[in-house]
Amino acid sequence: MRPFQYERARTLGDAARLVAGADAMAIAGGSNLLDLMKLQVETPGELVDINRAGFAEIEDADDGGLRIGALATNTATAVHPRVRSDYPVLARAILAGATQQLRNKATTGGNLCQRTRCFYFMNIDQPCNKREPGSGCGAIDGVAKLHAVLGTSDECIATYPGDMAVALSALDATVQIASVDGAERSVPVRDFHCLPGDTPWRENVLEDGEVITAVTLPAPVAGVQLYRKVRERSSYAFALVSIAAIVEMRDGVIARADLSFGGLAHKPWHDLRISDLLEGAAPSAQLYDAAADLLLEDARGYGENDFKIPLARRTLHAVLAQAVEDAA
Amino acid sequence: MTVHLKQDEPDTSNRLDGMKQGVIGQPISRVEGLAKVTGTAPYAAEYPIEGCVEGVLATATITRGEILKIDKDSVLGMPGVIAVIDDPRLTTRAAQGTANEAPQQSPRTVCYWGQPIALVVAETFEQARDAAKHLAVEYRPHDGAPLSPDAVEPEEQEDETVRQGDLVHAMSEAAHSVDVTFTTKGHASAAMEPHAAIAQWDGDQLTVHASLQMLNYNISELADAIDLPEEKVRLVSRFVGGGFGSKLGVSEETVAAAIAAMQLERPVRVVMSRQQVFQCIMRRSETTQRLRLAADQKGRLTGFGHEALVSNLPGETFAEPVLQSSHFLYAAQNRKLMLEVARIHRMTAGSVRAPGEAVGMPALEGAMDVLAERAGIDPVELRLRNIPKENPEEGLPFSSHKLAECLREGAEAFGWDSGPRKPRQKRKGEWWVGTGMASAARVHNVGEAKARVTLKPDGTALVETDMTDIGTGTYTILAQIAGEMLGLDPENVLVDLGDTRHPRGPGSGGSWGASSSGSAVYVACKALREELADRVGVTETKLDLADGKVAGGHSLAQVLAGEPLAREGHYEPGAIADDFTAAGFGAFFAQVRVNHFTGESRVDRMLGAFGFGRVLNRKTARSQCLGGITWSIGAALTEALEFDPRDGHLVNCDLAEYHVPVHRDVPDLEVIMVEERDPAASPIQAKGIGELGMCGGAAAIGNAIYNACGARLFDYPMTPDRVLACMPD
Ligand SMILES: Cc1cc2nc3c(=O)[nH]c(=O)nc-3n(C[C@H](O)[C@H](O)[C@H](O)COP(=O)(O)OP(=O)(O)OC[C@H]3O[C@@H](n4cnc5c(N)ncnc54)[C@H](O)[C@@H]3O)c2cc1C
Ligand code: SF4
Repeated sequence: MRPFQYERARTLGDAARLVAGADAMAIAGGSNLLDLMKLQVETPGELVDINRAGFAEIEDADDGGLRIGALATNTATAVHPRVRSDYPVLARAILAGATQQLRNKATTGGNLCQRTRCFYFMNIDQPCNKREPGSGCGAIDGVAKLHAVLGTSDECIATYPGDMAVALSALDATVQIASVDGAERSVPVRDFHCLPGDTPWRENVLEDGEVITAVTLPAPVAGVQLYRKVRERSSYAFALVSIAAIVEMRDGVIARADLSFGGLAHKPWHDLRISDLLEGAAPSAQLYDAAADLLLEDARGYGENDFKIPLARRTLHAVLAQAVEDAA
Repeated sequence: MTVHLKQDEPDTSNRLDGMKQGVIGQPISRVEGLAKVTGTAPYAAEYPIEGCVEGVLATATITRGEILKIDKDSVLGMPGVIAVIDDPRLTTRAAQGTANEAPQQSPRTVCYWGQPIALVVAETFEQARDAAKHLAVEYRPHDGAPLSPDAVEPEEQEDETVRQGDLVHAMSEAAHSVDVTFTTKGHASAAMEPHAAIAQWDGDQLTVHASLQMLNYNISELADAIDLPEEKVRLVSRFVGGGFGSKLGVSEETVAAAIAAMQLERPVRVVMSRQQVFQCIMRRSETTQRLRLAADQKGRLTGFGHEALVSNLPGETFAEPVLQSSHFLYAAQNRKLMLEVARIHRMTAGSVRAPGEAVGMPALEGAMDVLAERAGIDPVELRLRNIPKENPEEGLPFSSHKLAECLREGAEAFGWDSGPRKPRQKRKGEWWVGTGMASAARVHNVGEAKARVTLKPDGTALVETDMTDIGTGTYTILAQIAGEMLGLDPENVLVDLGDTRHPRGPGSGGSWGASSSGSAVYVACKALREELADRVGVTETKLDLADGKVAGGHSLAQVLAGEPLAREGHYEPGAIADDFTAAGFGAFFAQVRVNHFTGESRVDRMLGAFGFGRVLNRKTARSQCLGGITWSIGAALTEALEFDPRDGHLVNCDLAEYHVPVHRDVPDLEVIMVEERDPAASPIQAKGIGELGMCGGAAAIGNAIYNACGARLFDYPMTPDRVLACMPD
């Protein structure tokens, strides 16, 4: 671990100003950042503790939605009465992640910004374009079972590993961002994470000196909400494939289908064409197959992770069948 | 005074059954439990030692080659850095269990990626860690080191080879036959407490607090490594946070701490990071196993073939003993067994949780399930029909053998349906539900051991031995044995373990700790009883001791006349070891569900029925079984070391990515302990327990996966990707 200076931000303004330092990083729960610092993957010279900067509240928004502070813990969010009643897919996604102890520390902002679990990224004695641009990608031709099959590039095939953001993407939530000059901007969760392209070190749209202040959820919609996470053990494992689904049935046809996918790409994967295909159609195995065809049209496996392509198809079948059954 | 018992004959006296205190077998909670859960039981790294500095191992970033230069100046100017130790005595591998001599040293030669090459010492742990990562090392790499077992011509382990009769002929004549190949991936011990040591040197004596399983061997290994006479070394391991084989031999941190403490003349602590524990401590070898079974119409085996390929580094003597129980579990006249080792450059392979049977039995018992299906015989019945009367290769009698009882009692308690079996008979929503079973077998080991027991006039006793308690319950069962023999409440027996100043024994490993050190305590107590009997004028067998009193009116204090009385017990297995085949046996039954869409498999319920001789404490014994079955679940479904195909480095080197079962993977487990006394196993009639729970259990789960969903897998662990690849439509 590289020696570092520790600063505590007391206000949002403080936080943005301190984080703007070239060598500075924000620490919230620390459950991802500290691990990476111990491994020497992250080497901030200055650590800005934002935990007391005052944006941990979960509050009703004027439009009927919900505003979840960036410092709200995953546990606080998952047990919040409105999250449980109006956005159950979010509660389920959070509870499918990590462990109780980790969720007690993990925060909304930190969870969105958590880094990939690619083995080569986490080992500084191995090549990785994300960690060390130009050094090569260790995972391609290496151990790549957990890696992406959608939106990959020749530079990087890592996945975004989180669960919460997959639900936020299905819910079409928005990330609220403040910057050092006091400006604020909003970015839909669906656009917050980036594909690796030829800039794999860039995982999301945050610029230097920006901090996430909150995530806002739109007013609740009708329909059943499911989160399905396929994993090797029944808890404390990252998703092989996950699906967040919001499905509403009306008169025997699918009236709404918002689906997002985890474990497949460098970001929670959302494809509007799938909603368009499903909405207005009567449920059937053929329909689910057609949805999977759209999802996986450009999928590409790298050997060890080839299985994710049929797995995503089968899981999509299971989730849609369950959602339709629950919604009926 | 030392009393020596060399056991040449079975001991059917069952003396522990005739004692009056009545504490043997009682489910007493672990005596050190409270200290552990309240954080007051110190583990190796936790001794507060003044002036202690911190060492972190620097590790190689090439697979094979020479180190041309370690540039100490690259880190000596960093904050807090005190020294870079690159002494030629540094060890580069852990010693194998019972090695008794230093493991590989030559730190300038790199044999595997991640091998320790130097120790960086600094004032704080983080300073040392940072510097260790920055240490500039110049290598001359050797290309082309073989990394995968199929890349080389393997060496046959000739002493494992058995050729009896004509297996090929038996296969061709068989009414039913099976010829299948199983694979298992490597495993890590994954003990919770990382490898750690604190070394102190006073100019003459070296004291090391370390996390080790077998101090008697470890002290020789350490002394040999650092060229110090054994008398000048003291090892202390009072509490060990799990070993599972990974702490059998002395490993790199302990040797490095000792060398650094002597050179710097300051106490030095070395704790491995989790990644280092995974990358430089023993792995269990992956295996490829061909099983051939030939059977007659009734399912009786006529031919038995088990050939296994494992791997290790060049120069290592250990080869995963895959065939250990295959030699005697089932009768068959025509046999071929063979074990081969591929020399490859992954880190050292060594003992990990039930070496041998942990992976051999799941393959054998998976093949037996295929045979049961082909022959149309109930799997339990098939096994019952093949239990041999004596060791089929050596003709030796079994010391005692409870496989049949375990199969019957287990089947009954589980509610095993012995009717015709077909896959895919039961579905609940997305999940196929099925059942499977397997036999369990594990050789029994016992070793020479010494212990001193001192009886005190205040009605307490002290037991001293260098035996370790690695979380298994040794403190408790030794107190129970002494309590039973001397007529004391175990609360009045103080057990002092894990110090090489005490009489020595084989330590913990191979499930031999309880019967070895327990026998030594028994021998010492029996000698004490003889002295007491003499004093009160009865024969020893007539001496009744209970609740601190000598029957007939004397109090212990009177008999002792105010003086403590001590005896050292020395137990040694004698000819008995060559006259019998001794093993623990059992049976596993599992109900498993498999998701049709995702291929996820989860165990709904599981039962193990075991016969392992006398049970010294029903609670700690059951806990051992629960742990073993939990390992079975890991071996069946999740645990796998993954190596990079290009440089052989272990990629999944932490507990987030190496998947041991979590609570939710482990349902309610039922354990049946079949009543047994094994007269040839030890004078206390106890056999090894801990590992048996892992020896075959994975097959019960794999067989249940097939019965549930129709996917017959031959590769462990059976992860969702693999299940889906075999899943019928
Ligand atoms: C063993 C293990 C298993 C896990 N399993 C799962 C799982 O199954 N599913 C899952 O989803 N997650 C899992 N996680 C990840 C866990 O959810 C994240 O570590 C956690 O959400 C990160 O939140 P934090 O507050 O601790 O972030 P930190 O570690 O404090 O920070 C993470 C990153 O976010 C940045 N950051 C934090 N807050 C802000 C902010 N407000 N604005 C801008 N940047 C910010 C930090 O600078 C840092 O780069 C697991 C983690 C571990 C260690
Ligand atoms: S997949 Fe991405 S993160 Fe992993 S090694 Fe390649 S570049 Fe690095």
